Amino acid sequence: MKLGFYPGCSLEGASREYNESVMAIAEEMGIELVSIPDWNCCGATAAHNMDKELSLSLPARNLALAEEAGLTELVVPCAACYSRFCATQHELKHDENLHKKINGIIEKEYKGNLRILNVIQFIEEFIIDKLEDKMKFEINKKVACYYGCLLVRPNKVLNFDRTEDPQTMDAVMKKLGADSIDWAFKTECCGAGFSVSFTETVGRLSGQIIEDAVHRGAEAMIVACPMCHSNLDMRRPEIDKYNKKKSDMPIIYITQAIGLALGIDRKKLGLQRHFVPVKLNDFKPYTKKTEVENPQKMEVE
Amino acid sequence: MARIGVFICHCGENISATVDCAKVAEAAAKFPGVVHSIDYKYMCSDPGQTLVGNAIKEHNLTGVVVSACSPRMHEPTFRRACAEAGLNPYQCEMANLREHCSWVHERNEKTDDKAIDLVRMLVEKVKRNNALQPIKVPVTKTALVIGGGVAGIQAALDIANAGHKVIMVEREPSIGGHMSQLSETFPTLDCSQCILTPRMVEVAQNPNIKLYTYAEIESVEGFVGNFIVKIRKKAKSIDESKCNGCGLCTTKCPNKKNPNEFELGMAKRPAIYVPFPQAVPNIPVIDKTQCTYYKTGKCKICEKVCQANAIQFDQQDEIIEVPVGAIAICTGFDIKKTDFFPEYGYGKHKDIIDGLQFERLASASGPTAGEIRRPSDGQVPKKIVFVACAGSRDPAKGIEYCSKICCMYTAKHAILYKHKVHDGTAYIFYMDIRAAGKNYDEFTRRAIEEDDAKYIRGRVSKIYERDGKLIVVGADTLMGAQTVEIEADMVVLATAGVANQGAEKLAQILHVSYDQHKFFSEAHPKLKPVETNTAGIYLAGACQSPKDIPESVAAASGVAGKISCLFSNSELTREPLIAVVDRLAPPQYSSCTGCFMCQSVCPYNAIEREEIKDRNGNLVKQLAFINPGLCQGCGTCVAVCKSKSIDIEGYTNSQMYSEVDALLNF
Ligand SMILES: Cc1cc2nc3c(=O)[nH]c(=O)nc-3n(C[C@H](O)[C@H](O)[C@H](O)COP(=O)(O)OP(=O)(O)OC[C@H]3O[C@@H](n4cnc5c(N)ncnc54)[C@H](O)[C@@H]3O)c2cc1C
Ligand code: SF4
Ligand code: SF4
Ligand code: SF4
Ligand code: SF4
Repeated sequence: MKLGFYPGCSLEGASREYNESVMAIAEEMGIELVSIPDWNCCGATAAHNMDKELSLSLPARNLALAEEAGLTELVVPCAACYSRFCATQHELKHDENLHKKINGIIEKEYKGNLRILNVIQFIEEFIIDKLEDKMKFEINKKVACYYGCLLVRPNKVLNFDRTEDPQTMDAVMKKLGADSIDWAFKTECCGAGFSVSFTETVGRLSGQIIEDAVHRGAEAMIVACPMCHSNLDMRRPEIDKYNKKKSDMPIIYITQAIGLALGIDRKKLGLQRHFVPVKLNDFKPYTKKTEVENPQKMEVE
Repeated sequence: MARIGVFICHCGENISATVDCAKVAEAAAKFPGVVHSIDYKYMCSDPGQTLVGNAIKEHNLTGVVVSACSPRMHEPTFRRACAEAGLNPYQCEMANLREHCSWVHERNEKTDDKAIDLVRMLVEKVKRNNALQPIKVPVTKTALVIGGGVAGIQAALDIANAGHKVIMVEREPSIGGHMSQLSETFPTLDCSQCILTPRMVEVAQNPNIKLYTYAEIESVEGFVGNFIVKIRKKAKSIDESKCNGCGLCTTKCPNKKNPNEFELGMAKRPAIYVPFPQAVPNIPVIDKTQCTYYKTGKCKICEKVCQANAIQFDQQDEIIEVPVGAIAICTGFDIKKTDFFPEYGYGKHKDIIDGLQFERLASASGPTAGEIRRPSDGQVPKKIVFVACAGSRDPAKGIEYCSKICCMYTAKHAILYKHKVHDGTAYIFYMDIRAAGKNYDEFTRRAIEEDDAKYIRGRVSKIYERDGKLIVVGADTLMGAQTVEIEADMVVLATAGVANQGAEKLAQILHVSYDQHKFFSEAHPKLKPVETNTAGIYLAGACQSPKDIPESVAAASGVAGKISCLFSNSELTREPLIAVVDRLAPPQYSSCTGCFMCQSVCPYNAIEREEIKDRNGNLVKQLAFINPGLCQGCGTCVAVCKSKSIDIEGYTNSQMYSEVDALLNF
């Protein structure tokens, strides 16, 4: 099976392990992810702070290229790229004149028929049903699923999960055998793009997130956004400073968690690349639950 | 031949300062058909009216055009004057020279010309007026009150005490509504049950009131004075004539773990139950969805213990048909539940409750016998946070309006809390304190000044649970919008007041309108606050919008007054300005083609099918027939009728065209 794929800048740079783990589980499931030919930056935070047309044109060009390449689904693992893509699709769909104008700017015909999937939608649609057959381990750990801002908001545009207490990642983790905890900071801001300019603010915001998860006994935090990951992982010294205590809870991508359950080599999942070492091991071997729940009934049939 | 009289009024100087009235009268005198035209300072005064009356007699007038102010103001005055002089009142028309001319224009020639045009139009119209007779309909002097909350109770008692019959239909097993759940009431802190229960008993005992509980409206047909109502009496599984209310069945029923609706899920009740001890009537019902016998075919313990043989497992719903003359809608409201709030945990935290639950906790007859104890572990909360405007005044939540009662009941809750937990602290997050009403602001001041309620002006963005505490995160906008975090033991959301369940369906059964929030709409927000747009159907209480008790009761008495007025005549008189389908000689009978487009658009269901049959009883033609009792003269049917077969009396097509022609062909 072939699906469109937009890696974006993060997945080629600081978050290579996210890319590696997405590719690794796709390969395991027999899915081919085809990158958009000649893709460009989605504009990220910078473009839409400066120029509305630029912020729509950059994603629109990518979307048009994907359509030209004959793709119908586009997997966008980075939550920021996903948010920009969806916002563009939404705005152009609801404003015909703007749509025409942007098509003029990108000198391409973006039709707007593409289905944009974030990583969880990708998992729900193409992976989750096949998990049982391929799982080798249960992730028998207490985990805190962290969604951040961009995956579920604004609900009007994304129409994905509940805004305040989202559940989709938790459902995936439960499927992997994890105990995904109910906690309070699932959608609090991690500090996002201030990672470089206001590290102390990031230390405070991410610090509150880490503290609550650790306090509730989480052994790992599961994420689906490169920006959240880098703040929660790379900024751990600032976080620990804010919390006035050291924490060693690793931050892992949901695709890495799936990879672990599938028994994929840790290196292939890029787990060695994290700042906070991923020590998690001792997973329970997985045995598929017997499908025949009611043997008697089967006999009759 | 038409003989029209024209009467130009100066309206003091209101008209004459701008319009040359004498000139207009002169011009009008020359219009074809006008035989008399004068101007006068105050036409509506006694001498003015006499002028009109005398002219009718003297000049043998067939039509009158009074050119003065708005017909909304004085049309009835002049029509009466005409009638007294022997002219059919509907042969009198008014040209509005004040609002439509003098008040909105400068004094100049064009203004005079416009005034002359206005008179010319009405002269042409009145030539085509028909003599009409007011419509008379009989009245059934029985009122139907739907809903037995405090509003319904008040309306029923007032109507009954005026000597009329009342049928009250209440959906629940007992009357009382939300007021029966309240602990004490603002702004006086008198006990809600103590003031309500006697009135409930009065309803049950009043010989003029027939009470149906556990019943709903199935259908309503007919029109003002003559409604036919079908009531579905749901099976209680109890023979009400035998049950003496001993309560043995409810104590012996082994199936006791069902959520108690009256206590809002904070207590349990048996499958056979009386909603609360003071219930009226004091007769239990069996909840068939819970009863072991209905589910498994075994048990019947209640039947065994009942000395009166009152249990009837095979009882069926009963449909009762009653004629009534007027209907009072008193179906009240509901409040949003805590699961409406994502930011407060979608209802998953047990110790975040709504205002009604707090009322039950504070009530002496409630699940904690009046002690404030939190639902999760029964601890007494030492820090309690109230969140006002939870959901209300929030377009993002689809509720733009202010729920009106919550500022006051939140202040009350803070006071009651302090009276019961002396060493506790109550915080209230609010947007504005809306305490307009007699002794209301004083009451909120009392909460702040005497009972130490800590009001924080700002919204709560999030509440989460941590180590058994609820962390309330809000902003204090009077302290530079700084973040406030309170570790609370319990949180009470003053959730938005919303339309009651089933309001929309009931509105459709009754053909009355409702707003986008499913509250029933009044006919006019200022001048007809207790009427609906359907004649003979009234509304009172919180079914119209969130209301407190005094307001609900006042509206209910208003409705009772209206209904008593209606019932003071044996016949009703209505303006005959209604739609009629034309009639022609056979074999055509009418130009109506029987397409019944009109029937589908009439908002009042006034259009029926009339069958024309020959002597042998064979169907010749189907025609639209407009029920004069129901038609409100809105004219919608006229607009859709392709064959132009319908006219509104007083505003016929030919009358309207003649007015336009009068302008165009001059
Ligand atoms: C938490 C809280 C505290 C309050 N405290 C105060 C206070 O201290 N002082 C004060 O003045 N006000 C207070 N109020 C407001 C008060 O409850 C209302 O003003 C009052 O209940 C309105 O009366 P009602 O009869 O219009 O409606 P309701 O009390 O809602 O009664 C409506 C009745 O109609 C019945 N019904 C509904 N639909 C149907 C149907 N389709 N067919 C038949 N029957 C139907 C219902 O079962 C119910 O019995 C408070 C409200 C709340 C929520
Ligand atoms: S049904 Fe029988 S047992 Fe129950 S309250 Fe009535 S009389 Fe008593
Ligand atoms: S038959 Fe039903 S209502 Fe009667 S005692 Fe048994 S469970 Fe209770
Ligand atoms: S009455 Fe007060 S608490 Fe209720 S919605 Fe209005 S302002 Fe808010
Ligand atoms: S005038 Fe209005 S109310 Fe009367 S029959 Fe026509 S549509 Fe119905």
